[in-house]
Amino acid sequence: MLWNIQVTVNGKKYTHAVEPRLLLVHYLREVLGLTGTHVGCDTSQCGACTVILNGKAVKSCAVLAVQADGGTVLTIEGLAQGDTFHPVQQGFWEEHGLQCGFCTPGMIMAAYALLQHNPHPSEAEIRHALEGNLCRCTGYHNIVRAVQWAARRLAEARTG
Amino acid sequence: MVITKLVGARVKRKEDPRLITGRGTYTDDVRLTGTVYMAVLRSPYAHARIRKIDVSKALSQPGVLAILTGEEVKQMVRAPIPALAPLPGMKMAQRFPLAVGKVTHVGEGVVAVVAETRYQARDALDLIEVEYEPLPAAVDPEKAMEKGAPLIHEHLGTNLAYSAKGSAGDVEEAFRRAAGTVKARWVEQRLIPMAMETRAVVAHYEAGPGALTVWNTTQNPHVLRSALAGMLGLPENRVRVIAPDVGGGFGSKIDVYPEEVLAALFSMRLGRPVQWAEERTENFAATIHGRGQVQEVEAAYDKDGVVLGLRVRIWADLGAYCQLFTHVIPTLTPTMLNGPYRIPNLAWELYGVYTNKTPTDAYRGAGRPEATYLLERTIDLVAYRLGMDPAEVRRRNFIPKDAFPYKTAVGTVYDSGDYEGALNKALALADYQRLRREQQERLRRGEGKVLGIGLSTYVEICGFAPNMPENATLRVEPGGTVTLFTGTSPHGQGDATAFAQIVAEVLGVPLEDITVVHGDTLAIPQGLGTLGSRSMAVGGTAVYQAAQRVREKAITLAAHLLKVPPDKVTCAGGSFFVEDIPDRRLSWKEVAEKAYNPPPGLPPDFEPGLVATVYFKPPNFTFPFGAHVAVVEVDRETGDVRLVNFYGVDDCGHRINPTLVEGQIHGGIAQGVAQALYEEVIYDESGQLLTNNLMNYAVPTTTMLPPFTLEASVTPTPVNPLGAKGVGESGTIGATPAVVNAVADALRHLGVDPAEVQMAATPERVWRLIRKAEGRRR
Repeated sequence: MLWNIQVTVNGKKYTHAVEPRLLLVHYLREVLGLTGTHVGCDTSQCGACTVILNGKAVKSCAVLAVQADGGTVLTIEGLAQGDTFHPVQQGFWEEHGLQCGFCTPGMIMAAYALLQHNPHPSEAEIRHALEGNLCRCTGYHNIVRAVQWAARRLAEARTG
Repeated sequence: MVITKLVGARVKRKEDPRLITGRGTYTDDVRLTGTVYMAVLRSPYAHARIRKIDVSKALSQPGVLAILTGEEVKQMVRAPIPALAPLPGMKMAQRFPLAVGKVTHVGEGVVAVVAETRYQARDALDLIEVEYEPLPAAVDPEKAMEKGAPLIHEHLGTNLAYSAKGSAGDVEEAFRRAAGTVKARWVEQRLIPMAMETRAVVAHYEAGPGALTVWNTTQNPHVLRSALAGMLGLPENRVRVIAPDVGGGFGSKIDVYPEEVLAALFSMRLGRPVQWAEERTENFAATIHGRGQVQEVEAAYDKDGVVLGLRVRIWADLGAYCQLFTHVIPTLTPTMLNGPYRIPNLAWELYGVYTNKTPTDAYRGAGRPEATYLLERTIDLVAYRLGMDPAEVRRRNFIPKDAFPYKTAVGTVYDSGDYEGALNKALALADYQRLRREQQERLRRGEGKVLGIGLSTYVEICGFAPNMPENATLRVEPGGTVTLFTGTSPHGQGDATAFAQIVAEVLGVPLEDITVVHGDTLAIPQGLGTLGSRSMAVGGTAVYQAAQRVREKAITLAAHLLKVPPDKVTCAGGSFFVEDIPDRRLSWKEVAEKAYNPPPGLPPDFEPGLVATVYFKPPNFTFPFGAHVAVVEVDRETGDVRLVNFYGVDDCGHRINPTLVEGQIHGGIAQGVAQALYEEVIYDESGQLLTNNLMNYAVPTTTMLPPFTLEASVTPTPVNPLGAKGVGESGTIGATPAVVNAVADALRHLGVDPAEVQMAATPERVWRLIRKAEGRRR
């Protein structure tokens, strides 16, 4: 029994018939071919699958594709504008906020969501907001610095 | 080598643009036409005979294409899953890709299924019926050694895989003349390596050319290639292994695993690409665990705190089988039993024991954290017993800085070091005296949160190894761009950037003109991958030497073209010119073009081309060292431990890219802290893995770690021309005992015997120790 869904992902509208049990992360990766969003666990702990659904950061492994029907999704692939990185992406590059890169798309989307509603987070607020995103490589030290870099750059863009 | 400009610079990584935009290709991102998917049914028992397997219901499901059991697979392969050669006198147990006759650990693969879709493969597992006859399990390594313990591999007649011992000096005499002794028993708990990317494989056999291509999350593609060739009966030159982007390894992706072989077998049978991605819960049981030692230590000391002798017994929990390095990792612990100290008299015993658990193998530090842990905890016990400052006791035991190269009592030759220098620097960085004053203040005020300050001074052995070379091939293309091929296989370390820095420095070409290729056995001569903190020390040296060779040849050619002797040619800033005629210059592009299309008039012995392949064989290991200071707060009511601050001085010789080095130290410290405070693999008495996924295993989150305060120390190594030692595992090795010592330091002020603190120092463990001490006082 397949359900028809229509989802707008990174500005593009898609229509597909899917199993009700199909996870959103699998819809993105397997059906749409957007493999930038990663699967890092099976208990919704790790956050590698984080995307923005209808304006909120969600763990796409804990969302069914049918729940996104009629909705809008932003994934890591939709963040840059052509060749110009989003300040959050740039911040991760500037501050060495990634090593193996596997947690990075989810981490960037979670940081993006944080800065959308809290443009001037303290270190404690950054750590709290990213608590649902595990990283095994960086010890989080430079991830915090990356988000701080992005916050400064976004603030400059607003005032400049 | 002089470190100038690019080498030693904080260059942004070449790897990042694709990774921050989601355009990396990790193994499960590979998309081939006609791919089918594999799933593995795993044992729910720690130890059981397989009585019956019925796959008929599963085989009849829509989309299911093939199923294999252990007996079938054993007939299809020419050898078991490879392991390094057995140690002398060892009882070796190796595995086949699926269990044969019996299962020996929870999570061991029993049946493998391939179906058209992932979900169909996963559904099929639920329809396979396996009848088991459960057997008693041997779970604890000490008990597993006893007579009457359940035998895991009956044909071996014992669960003791090997025992080894060694000694130096006269330990008995040292203990006789000692002013006192300390004794302790500690557990190095098993850990889940937890790379963020689980294991995955895509195997594609093409019958036409008789060639197999495998994408895999391996840390060492050539090792996997040889293993697959040997097991499948294919020649190495028709097997290609590709490690695409790999999401972390930490040692857990070194081994050859069953699923790589199974996927290849299915692909050969079905004529289609076969893809498998490990689920995280699967990963906890099916991927190797780290550590796993029980340690008994006795130390004899004189009245000044000098450690005269050390007696150590170690039981190493190997798990059910030897995978690649399972049996070898514990033998690294005795090689570093001196640590940074003189200790002239030592005696050690090591028992490698099979248990009905997931096999252990290399995990960040791999045998060396275990040595540092027992030394650093012991030296603190000596300090407390004598009422001395733990920093001062360390100073009295250090190998002095003018003693290098230094051969330790256990026989390891250290390259260079300044242990007291590193300690003093770390203490200054942490403002140690102020911390001690604050600790006392809080105690005086009777505050609920007690401060603990823990030290760790470490030296470790890496840059593996004198019999393990590495290679680099440098090609200047006809248009003047450069391609570097390395036998290392980085998976987050950033070596592509650091190696490009070296090439850019030696040749004078811009960084953007250099492409680094790694992780493809088709493109690269036999290499050993990335492990044991050797990629820069060994791989980087090969890069440097290949670049030098290319530079020399280019200069020779440029000299002919400029019509001057080679020693009159300067190669700098991307061009070749004569010192006093700077306006006659050639670019790399012009020289390269002529190298591949040689003009007439060159000497007859000039070989065209601008390529060099170099293998570098290191003459010794390298020995990074450092000092860490951990500051914890212990809540005396709840036992909660918070890591408040962490200070580190780490010395890995010359830092080719300081930012990458710091990143390695950050990540290493995080994993070291995790072992001290948060993580622990727990099996119950029947061998059930209780910590079987992220819901019950505490990998640190952002709020469980503080920022780290680091300072560099640079003592170059004479072992390689870069002066670089390797740093990937240092943070982990130093951090764990610093944090545990900090907890013990806090608790001893509450009447707890510091020797009784065990890892992980969870709130429950700490709470029980505090309550027990209170009970004693009443």
